[in-house]
Amino acid sequence: MLSRRVAKEPIVDPSPHVSDEIRKTTCYMCACRCGIDVHLVRDGEGALKVSHIEGNRDHPVNQGVLCAKGSSGLMQHRSPARLRAPLKRVGPRGSGEFEEITWEEALDMATTWLGRVRADDPKKLAFFTGRDQSQSFTSWWAQAFGTPNYAAHGGFCSVNMATAGIYTMGGAFWEFGAPDWENTKLFMIFGVAEDHDSNPIKLGLSRLKARGVKVIGVNPVRTGYNAIADEWVGITPGTDGLFVLALIHELLRRGAVDVEYLVNFTNAGWLVIDAPGTAEHGLFARVDGEPEGAALVIDRRTGKPASADDPDVRADLQGEVRLADGRRARPVFALVAERYLDDSYAPEAVEARCGVSAKTIRRIAEELHSAAFDEPVVLDRPWTDWRGRRHDKMVGRPVSVHAMRGISAHSNGFQTARAIHLMQILLGSVETPGGFRFKPPYPKPAQAHPRPHAKCSPGEPLSGPHLGFPLGPEHLCINDDGSPRRIDKAFSWDAPLSAHGLMHMVIANAAAGDPYKIDTLFLYMANMAWNSSMNTSAVMEMLTRNDGDDYVIPHIIYSDAYSSEMVAFADLILPDTTYLERHDCISLLDRPICEPDMAADAIRWPVVEPDRDVRGFQSVLLDLGARLALPGFQDGNKPRYTDYADYMVRHLRRPGVGPLAGWRGDGEGAGRGEPNPDQLERYKENGGFFTSEVPEEAAYFKPWNAAYQDWAVTMGFYDAPQPYVFQLYLEPLAKFQRAAEGHGPVTPPASKAERILETFDPLPIWYAPFGDSAGEAFPLHAITQRPAAMYHSWGSQNAWLRQIHGENPLYVPDHVADEAGLADGDWAFVISPTGRIRVPIKRTGASNPNTLWTWNAIGKRKGAWALRDGAPETTRGFLLNHLIHELLPERGDGQRWSNSDPITGQAAWFDLRVRIEKAEPPPTGRSEPDGGHQASPVGEGPLNIAVDKGSL
Amino acid sequence: MTTLPPEPQKKLGLVIDLDTCVGCHACAVACKEWNTQGYGAPLSDQDPYGDDPSGTWLNRIHSYEVKPEAGPAQLIHFPRSCLHCDDAPCVTVCPTGASYKRAEDGIVLVNEDACMGCGLCAWACPYGAREMDGSAGVMKKCTLCVDRIDNENLPPEDREPACVRTCPTRARHFGDLNDPESDVSKLVAARGGVDLMPEQGTRPVNKYLPPRAREAAPFSASCDAGSATQEAPVPTGRLAWLDRALARLD
Repeated sequence: MLSRRVAKEPIVDPSPHVSDEIRKTTCYMCACRCGIDVHLVRDGEGALKVSHIEGNRDHPVNQGVLCAKGSSGLMQHRSPARLRAPLKRVGPRGSGEFEEITWEEALDMATTWLGRVRADDPKKLAFFTGRDQSQSFTSWWAQAFGTPNYAAHGGFCSVNMATAGIYTMGGAFWEFGAPDWENTKLFMIFGVAEDHDSNPIKLGLSRLKARGVKVIGVNPVRTGYNAIADEWVGITPGTDGLFVLALIHELLRRGAVDVEYLVNFTNAGWLVIDAPGTAEHGLFARVDGEPEGAALVIDRRTGKPASADDPDVRADLQGEVRLADGRRARPVFALVAERYLDDSYAPEAVEARCGVSAKTIRRIAEELHSAAFDEPVVLDRPWTDWRGRRHDKMVGRPVSVHAMRGISAHSNGFQTARAIHLMQILLGSVETPGGFRFKPPYPKPAQAHPRPHAKCSPGEPLSGPHLGFPLGPEHLCINDDGSPRRIDKAFSWDAPLSAHGLMHMVIANAAAGDPYKIDTLFLYMANMAWNSSMNTSAVMEMLTRNDGDDYVIPHIIYSDAYSSEMVAFADLILPDTTYLERHDCISLLDRPICEPDMAADAIRWPVVEPDRDVRGFQSVLLDLGARLALPGFQDGNKPRYTDYADYMVRHLRRPGVGPLAGWRGDGEGAGRGEPNPDQLERYKENGGFFTSEVPEEAAYFKPWNAAYQDWAVTMGFYDAPQPYVFQLYLEPLAKFQRAAEGHGPVTPPASKAERILETFDPLPIWYAPFGDSAGEAFPLHAITQRPAAMYHSWGSQNAWLRQIHGENPLYVPDHVADEAGLADGDWAFVISPTGRIRVPIKRTGASNPNTLWTWNAIGKRKGAWALRDGAPETTRGFLLNHLIHELLPERGDGQRWSNSDPITGQAAWFDLRVRIEKAEPPPTGRSEPDGGHQASPVGEGPLNIAVDKGSL
Repeated sequence: MTTLPPEPQKKLGLVIDLDTCVGCHACAVACKEWNTQGYGAPLSDQDPYGDDPSGTWLNRIHSYEVKPEAGPAQLIHFPRSCLHCDDAPCVTVCPTGASYKRAEDGIVLVNEDACMGCGLCAWACPYGAREMDGSAGVMKKCTLCVDRIDNENLPPEDREPACVRTCPTRARHFGDLNDPESDVSKLVAARGGVDLMPEQGTRPVNKYLPPRAREAAPFSASCDAGSATQEAPVPTGRLAWLDRALARLD
């Protein structure tokens, strides 16, 4: 008989030693910038080593929680793909053959190339940064250098969302605003997979779930947030705008509109001139006809035109009026009602196209109506508006919205984002309790932002900031002959409102010499040879193209911390640090991390020093700036800043306003104040971040709230109050339409006029994504989603994360799989007008029935990221990018447009149309096309890992 | 074979909300990060940068597509870890006494000094919640962060399992499920928390909160599929509701 053991319980130490020190800094495992507590332990020699990372409970972004990426930061910090020293290319481009050089050699080489360009023709430098979180600094460097060719990755990310929001209401989603999680009663989330912004959305959803608030997810794919939404609308890609305009049709039909809000806070009453064929058609009627004058409205008391700025005037929202000059004019809202009440926006008219039943559209409109008007949120909180009127309560419409890349990444994304904002504003749910709230320093309307600048001269700085918000054709960056000044053709007739540039077009344009050739391509943190480019195989060819004498892009400088695909295609590598070894500032001058109730900024600081010969890129850029004697980078002949930390503390952008808002001057200053040498220490003491609370009276109605405007001035967001009203109707777009008709001094060539007339509608419209021109041979859509546990290409070097997402099957809807005879594990050809890939598939029932999808950026090139050649990322992993051309098909006139939104230039990744066919498994066992191989300058990772405190 | 202790007075465990879990893997990674340096041998990884990476995890997230009778398929994210069963077959099957259930709070642990790596416990566990470490050759499993929950070197608010501390949707809860007044017990009662695979007779301590009904519930009872307003005509000319609303502002 077996004896039965009575376990004698061993003694387990309940209180083992945790760590020797905690240093608080900012995460960089994705773009969300959560606060982290980095635990460090001393090794045998007394050196502090990173042991583990957890969320900072006090931090405004993540409140202690941390996602899978953030918790795996230790493995990113220890990644075998980390670059170790500056590299000079010795093999052909793309080969990955390098030799290590010293920093002095590297900086000499860069200074020589860049110095020549600056003295000769600064625009021959294209300096583009990817997922850069120091754009206020990198843009300042580029401006001092004098090249017009600078931008970050926004043009291929979410510029449609950002631009539509800024022009319409002075702010957009994510960094610009957030749902009022506390008070909202109905939440709609459009086009968001599992990211952006990661932890705040998850925390918000948990709060809604705890209160039983209904969540409606609109997304062709039902993963992540859409999986837990109470209702999933599996919309056809690219039709969200049409869906929203049908909701607006229903809201107008029902009278579900906050009329008082429209009258007080929007341009709904402003008069639009109706004089077709004239230069003023579609523009606002203004006092005395002055272009800068106040807009006119119909005064309900007199029925006559009167200034919208007159506090005693009550604007009518319908009817029409004759102006003094005899022309007819109608209020914006009359145009809104006329357009969207049209049968073409009725639910029945759009249901087939959207893949959403009319019944569902009608019910959701009813739910919006009910949430906004049957259950308003009323706060007993008096406030004063900018006209001096006191309001004894704050009344809000508790409907909130979040939207991201699924909306943005279409060629109709700008107008779609506009449609969403129109819906929010009609409901009276922006900046009211329960609705959508701005995060300081937003709201900030387009007119308060700069205009773009692109005039350059040898040896001179640029005339002003590169990026901005044009208010009409006169602000475009074009030459007298209409040709683009910028290499990416931003702010040209190709993409007039491209507020973030068009990074996805830089390499293609430079290789084609269109609009001109460049000498040096300087990239930071952007995997443009791989997952961040459309048409990846062709881009690799462009980067290696040789016109006989030299590469067509003669010099490529790249800074990255890791051995990415892009590294292999550069001539000179400036190795960056990991995020735990560097200084950074998460600045209010840049992409802020504020919350609706507080301004906030943060730092990164080296919680450990690098053990390799690497330097933080921003410090290197300061060094280069001094070597090039760029204005602002030197005092006498000495570098003005010793490193980026020094810049963060001492740089002044305007008097009293620097990169960091906290503890300025004598240490008491918030927002404004002289540089404080102890500033970084104060940040560290406070957990790496700074917050300043919005006064209670200023918390809502911010664009119109006197208390908010005054607070914003004290904080240094702007120098004088600047209240404004929301722009349902966008006059700048009408100005572009008039130019397209030939009015005014700056007019587009005939080839571009038609598209501007069609798409620059001052009221939101929907048009079919340009990708639909692929035709009936390509009946399916194909899109990517971002896994919650992976950030672009960075995650595959992470030993833990790649066990979660080591490959990316193509998910195929069941009925499509049935028709093609596909079972799980089969291989299929996916064919677009651009190319064909052969990939493994998996069936799904949880997507739009005509949409294929896969995870983004899992596929890797052999030899990159210190992975072995047989890694699943290189064998079965793949990119959809090969199927997406950076140009649209040739038009009748022989021209090709970029595959972008015609208004903002946003890369239209999700316009992709395809068909699918069953394929034999590839003879090589590898997905196709084969991206080639690069030698690894860092070798391969270890065969086994066992992380414990002894091995750190 | 090993004996279970008398029924513990305290039954520590997790309550996992499947209605709120987005399948983000945050809990799994935070668990691995803490526990590789915590109780017992590290959680090793084999071929971590190669063709077939694998490793030891105490918590894994599985995603299932579920096709309801009506409506589109749903995705359910299901975090899986040791359920600290009252009748833990992994304990009774252990030939060395290494696998045991604590009398004090019901946490099921492995005394790695006594574990010979035979793997019987993993075979006996119906949930697949134990993993043999590929490097150390000992059995690893969720400890409920036994080195966190009473750790005096941590601030009181951090004395909870790493997965609970990090969960971005607050879908994970920790507490005494034998105390009807505890927050976790109240949550289980309110939300109809369930045992995983009760037919196995293991009496798990951990509970799962089932997903709430999807697609079915409109915002309020008045929003019943739009039927009431479907027939109403589209207004033309001046909008009566607008006139009324404007008049109220005059």
